[in-house]
Amino acid sequence: MDYPPNVKLIRVPCSGRVDSVHLIKAFEEGMDGVYVAGCLEGECHFLTGNLRAKKRVEYVKGVLTTLGINPERLRMYNLSAAMGSRFVEIAREMTEMIRSLGPSPVKTGAGREFPQEQEEGEEQ
Amino acid sequence: MIVAQAKPIEEILEMIDKYDKILLVGCKGCVAVCAAGGEKEVQFLASAIRTARKTQGREIEIREVTLERQCDPEYVEQIRGFAGDYQAILSIACGVGVQFMAEHYREIPALPGLNTSFMGGALEQGVWSERCQGCGNCVLHLTGGICPITRCSKSLLNGPCGGSSNGKCEVDPEVDCGWQLIIERLKALGEFESRFMEIVPIKDWSTSRDGGPRKIVREDMRQ
Ligand code: SF4
Ligand code: SF4
Repeated sequence: MDYPPNVKLIRVPCSGRVDSVHLIKAFEEGMDGVYVAGCLEGECHFLTGNLRAKKRVEYVKGVLTTLGINPERLRMYNLSAAMGSRFVEIAREMTEMIRSLGPSPVKTGAGREFPQEQEEGEEQ
Repeated sequence: MIVAQAKPIEEILEMIDKYDKILLVGCKGCVAVCAAGGEKEVQFLASAIRTARKTQGREIEIREVTLERQCDPEYVEQIRGFAGDYQAILSIACGVGVQFMAEHYREIPALPGLNTSFMGGALEQGVWSERCQGCGNCVLHLTGGICPITRCSKSLLNGPCGGSSNGKCEVDPEVDCGWQLIIERLKALGEFESRFMEIVPIKDWSTSRDGGPRKIVREDMRQ
């Protein structure tokens, strides 16, 4: 498979094994983007591993937003082991997306990538 | 168990803004069970804080520790050897744990990383619900094992009130009427007639918060 060399693969037995701690640590270590490639929904060998991974990805996206890191840098994809060309396509898509965003602010120390979300004048 | 939840990260970041060397202390007790302050949450929060600091180009040193419990001097003392090397202790135990840290390490500020919410249990994975307010004089034997202090929004001992409709409480249509639950349960137990018609006398709230901070002394256990 010919996918961009900048993509570093970490194999896990099931996407359900991917914990929020792994995801945030990847960003702490300065990764520009992270994606979890899980099996197609409904096709998890452990029944709900990929669904749990999806929830954790969503949770960490929220945390990244709070920290001022563009949540687009973290994504979840679902594909089967037989979808080699889709795998390459995803790797390219992520690479392009990250190129357009530029390096992670964790590496540059340049502050938030976008302004703090405006609190909608909610009455407390 | 004591159920707590993480404070918003923004609030924590603001709290520790002036420090660059902190001790982050978790607890393997209640807050680990409700996934708010255990070992894993310590790892996650520490990483999130370091990540945030890196985006600002300011490093922070965080030592991660998780104690057996933070409500017992024996365990609280386990960080004695190195606590003094840090500018602040960020505790993700319940409010008890944070205060025990503050009492034991007087020269270092103890900061809360959680909002301690209630005494309750898990209804399902990821859902917790309040069950007891520690009133100090339990009446569950009179109310079919359902706590009127906690489950009734008004803590009525002789409910329900006029705001109960279709089994829901007037305070919030999502909240079950505690007294509806009690009555159904008493009926199921065949105790409705005998219990419900009985007026429960005015409760002595001095065993609860009305009596000021509480303390239990067990002479048989004291050294
Ligand atoms: S410090 Fe709080 S959370 Fe930890 S065991 Fe004690 S009561 Fe439970
Ligand atoms: S009656 Fe008092 S002690 Fe008993 S469950 Fe309710 S609040 Fe807790």
